[in-house]
Amino acid sequence: MNAPVIGTRVERKEDYRFLTGSGTYTDDVALPGQTCAYFLRSQHAHAKINRIDISKAKTAPGVIEVFTGADLPGSVGGLPCGWLITDVNGQPMKEPKHPLLAQGKVRYVGDHVAVVIAETLNQAKDACELIEVDYEVLPAVVNVADARKPGAAQVHDIAPDNTCYVWALGDKTAVDKAFAQAAHVTKLDFINNRLIPNAIEPRAAVASYSRGDDSYTLYVTSQNPHVARLLMTAFVLGLPEHKLRVIAPDVGGGFGSKIFLYAEETVLTWASKQVNRPIKWTAERSESFVSDAHGRDHLTSAELALDKNGGFLALRVHTTANMGAYLSTFASCIPTILYATLLAGQYTTPAIYCEVTAVFTNTAPVDAYRGAGRPEASYVIERLVSTAAREMKIPDADIRRRNFIKEFPYQTPVALCYDTGDYEATLTEALKLADVAGFEARRKEAAARGKLRGLGYSAYIEACGLAPSNVAGSLGARAGLFEAGEVRVHPTGKVTVFTGSHSHGQGHETTFAQVVADRLGLGVDDVDIVHGDTGRILFGMGTYGSRSIAVGGTAIVKALDKIVAKGKRIAAHLLEAPDADIEFKDGKFTVAGTDRQVPFAQVALSAYVPHHYPLDKLEPGLNESAVYDPTNFTFPAGSHICEVEVDPDTGATKIVNFTAVDDFGKTINPMIVEGQVHGGLAQGIGQALLEACVYDRETGQLLTGTYLDYAVPRADDLPSFKVTTRETPCTHNPLGVKGCGEAGAIGAPAAVINAIVDALAHLGIRDIEMPATPQRVWQALQSAKKERIAT
Amino acid sequence: MYAFEYHRPSSIKEAASLARKLADAKLIAGGQSMVPALKLRLARPTAMIDLNDLPELRGISVVGTNVVIGALTRHAEVAASKDVLMTLPVLAKVAAGIGDHQVRNMGTLGGAIANNDPAADYPAALLGLGATVTTNKRDIPADKFFTGMYETALKPGEIIASVSFPMAKRAAYIKFRNPASRFALVGVFVSETAGNVRVAVTGAAPCVFRVKNMEKALASKFAPEAIARIRVPADNLNSDLHAGAEYRSHLITVLAQRAVEAALSGK
Repeated sequence: MNAPVIGTRVERKEDYRFLTGSGTYTDDVALPGQTCAYFLRSQHAHAKINRIDISKAKTAPGVIEVFTGADLPGSVGGLPCGWLITDVNGQPMKEPKHPLLAQGKVRYVGDHVAVVIAETLNQAKDACELIEVDYEVLPAVVNVADARKPGAAQVHDIAPDNTCYVWALGDKTAVDKAFAQAAHVTKLDFINNRLIPNAIEPRAAVASYSRGDDSYTLYVTSQNPHVARLLMTAFVLGLPEHKLRVIAPDVGGGFGSKIFLYAEETVLTWASKQVNRPIKWTAERSESFVSDAHGRDHLTSAELALDKNGGFLALRVHTTANMGAYLSTFASCIPTILYATLLAGQYTTPAIYCEVTAVFTNTAPVDAYRGAGRPEASYVIERLVSTAAREMKIPDADIRRRNFIKEFPYQTPVALCYDTGDYEATLTEALKLADVAGFEARRKEAAARGKLRGLGYSAYIEACGLAPSNVAGSLGARAGLFEAGEVRVHPTGKVTVFTGSHSHGQGHETTFAQVVADRLGLGVDDVDIVHGDTGRILFGMGTYGSRSIAVGGTAIVKALDKIVAKGKRIAAHLLEAPDADIEFKDGKFTVAGTDRQVPFAQVALSAYVPHHYPLDKLEPGLNESAVYDPTNFTFPAGSHICEVEVDPDTGATKIVNFTAVDDFGKTINPMIVEGQVHGGLAQGIGQALLEACVYDRETGQLLTGTYLDYAVPRADDLPSFKVTTRETPCTHNPLGVKGCGEAGAIGAPAAVINAIVDALAHLGIRDIEMPATPQRVWQALQSAKKERIAT
Repeated sequence: MYAFEYHRPSSIKEAASLARKLADAKLIAGGQSMVPALKLRLARPTAMIDLNDLPELRGISVVGTNVVIGALTRHAEVAASKDVLMTLPVLAKVAAGIGDHQVRNMGTLGGAIANNDPAADYPAALLGLGATVTTNKRDIPADKFFTGMYETALKPGEIIASVSFPMAKRAAYIKFRNPASRFALVGVFVSETAGNVRVAVTGAAPCVFRVKNMEKALASKFAPEAIARIRVPADNLNSDLHAGAEYRSHLITVLAQRAVEAALSGK
């Protein structure tokens, strides 16, 4: 019998390739006759283009072609948005055209104006400098508060007051009533800081055109190549979908930023036919900063109503969300469908109302970034809860326990229905692992050294496993959210799996192989996972929202069920027994109650060499596919506890302990899960302490456009994490899995800020804006000192 | 990167003559500031004069009560040098804290001080120890060498040969790092050499500078409390996204005290 492979720390199959430099990333692709593209980008945040002169650039050495917006035929559309939000008045959101190359106006620094295609990259860059653009600079607006002010610069004529939509969820009347009766109200205003994704591999594309059959091939850094193909062919370029093959080979991180269809790969695909040569473009890091879709950027005012015992009565939230200059592929659903629906958190708050105003600004488009809406929701809830606890003098753990949802399924007042969970269990485990009991002693010891210690809690929830297509559709999704999988058993019994999920760091090649190996009784090395190629894979909606194992994994399981079912019928024939008597276990088909058996590999061989085979009843071959559309979201949840030490002399915060107890349902590979949690925590801590995308308020220039000014977390910014999992299996998928990719980024920010506030609360500090940089903490300490002196 | 002429002279004389002859030429040593500027097309020299074939610019020696370090000596070599660790350990520590491994393996003392980045570490060490810069022409005391933001007393065709650091009775360098770049948001170098106390600050202003009133206070009593109330006015300090002038002013006093403490404890 094979040892169990589910739940074991199988080393990642892909690591040999990655660690020895033998991966194939888009920039590694080199096609015969390949040319290089370089994009001219706007250096202005907002400007009218009076004239573009490309004549000098066109005749520069090595230049093959130069294209501007004027060269694109009228049939070419703008980049589409995949989610329609209907506003409070029943009107559709404002969807200004998002041109591939600027049409008369530029709307953010980095906006794509022209592309130069040349023999070498340096020639393309040299020629780009010869393009003369006559800009008429217009006033710019970069933050959401300014965007709504009377007289603010208008980003799009079709969106008055820069408003994309005003949307609401929940029962306003019930909420108002609950507030009127509340014994205590806690109110906080937040900025959820804007972030830049910073995948280690910048975006890249190689497009080629084949004259022989009028077809295109695009290599691109995508988290969902099928969606890229569908959007690009049907909605932008007007090409037949079957004439474009999109390959997303090894991809070095996405965090959401590679979900979206961007102008660069779309222009390249179109241009590859015009120049009839392959074209490569790889973003330089500076381009990534200005042109990747950014994340977060909310301005929120939130209030929690409580009864005299600290029971939650109602939650009222007003958020203004920055969309940037154009609607990116999923921009509209992030601060709505993936945000407001999560505002119940882990609690039984009976009434919730959330109003979201989405605004356009002269900044890069904002879209999903690790967690996408859910970190923002979690931050609102968990900051309010800890603040209320302090105000009402109720311990953090107690106020949470008092309000936890304990019975499932639980219908929240904000549309979601949680299938299962055990919030008490994760909190209790976290309290133990974080040694909360010993905290006061540690606080005293730190105080003796002149340092301020604080402890911060965050009990988060997320909705993953996106999503039941019909539910998503009723909420405005313009696509389905199922996943496809195909299991191809070869004659020797080895297996290749084709999945619509896409791995760009998640370790699917190992995790999915474990699932297959477990089901078929094979070794993990007998199974290969193929992803990221519309030419090889049935279909796919891709990887984001921690959906891969829950949706993509389930599609594979469904296909495996079909393989086993067919295998049983083949085995029944070989063993001369009725189909119904065949059992499959540990890689062997057995006639129940006997020792007559046939191994999986022999059944596979029979399927391909059907000499003794029920040809009258069964087709030869052993290859099955399945498409799985989930019946509900999954609801990973957990408790994070952060312990910080603040140096009051410099304002520097050091995270001394970080504990994460997460419930992801069943875990397939605990090592990979831990890795995902570590990465998520790093990014969550990055948001809380370090990362801030800042645009100049007047000029709209990106002030944090390099690593000299944009602080990504480094190893020494982070403690050694204490992470563990509890397993409350998901009730509606066969593996009982929920997803783990975003949890760290969702739970961590509130835990960190709650810890800093806890360290400083005795000095009269009640809030610290993210990122809590040393200067910001020091300034808060200074203001608090002044206030104490004044009173 | 724009195209440029590349020269690799085999003597200091040849290098100096090329530097005089070629307009807009740049000397390159470790290239840790220059190469990124070239790649970003921020610099457009017509020619590069590569000093890496000049072994006479390399090496570390102890001469009397001074440590003399060749201009082309890499930060990693200074950090690991037994001579430096024995005679002037603070300098090894400064070198070990510059950039990252890659930067330290390529970056050079001469390149760092010739560039005079306002947030660089070596200028604080030179000024904080009262070092002397020796070029192919003359000796320049550190007090005269750093003249402004990215500016030095070097003249066209003048090439740094070495820097002579006096050994210190005690010294320390404390750097508060910019959370993003990890350059010094403020760095304070404190030293006590034969009867001479120096306090040099980097990162806080357009150019490294000394804090004479702290030096005076420390000369009468070398203890953190002696300078606890001395503030460098914020007026001429840098203000940026990461730190306003007020915060920098505050940090100078905090870090100077910590540097004195570290110097006293020998850590």
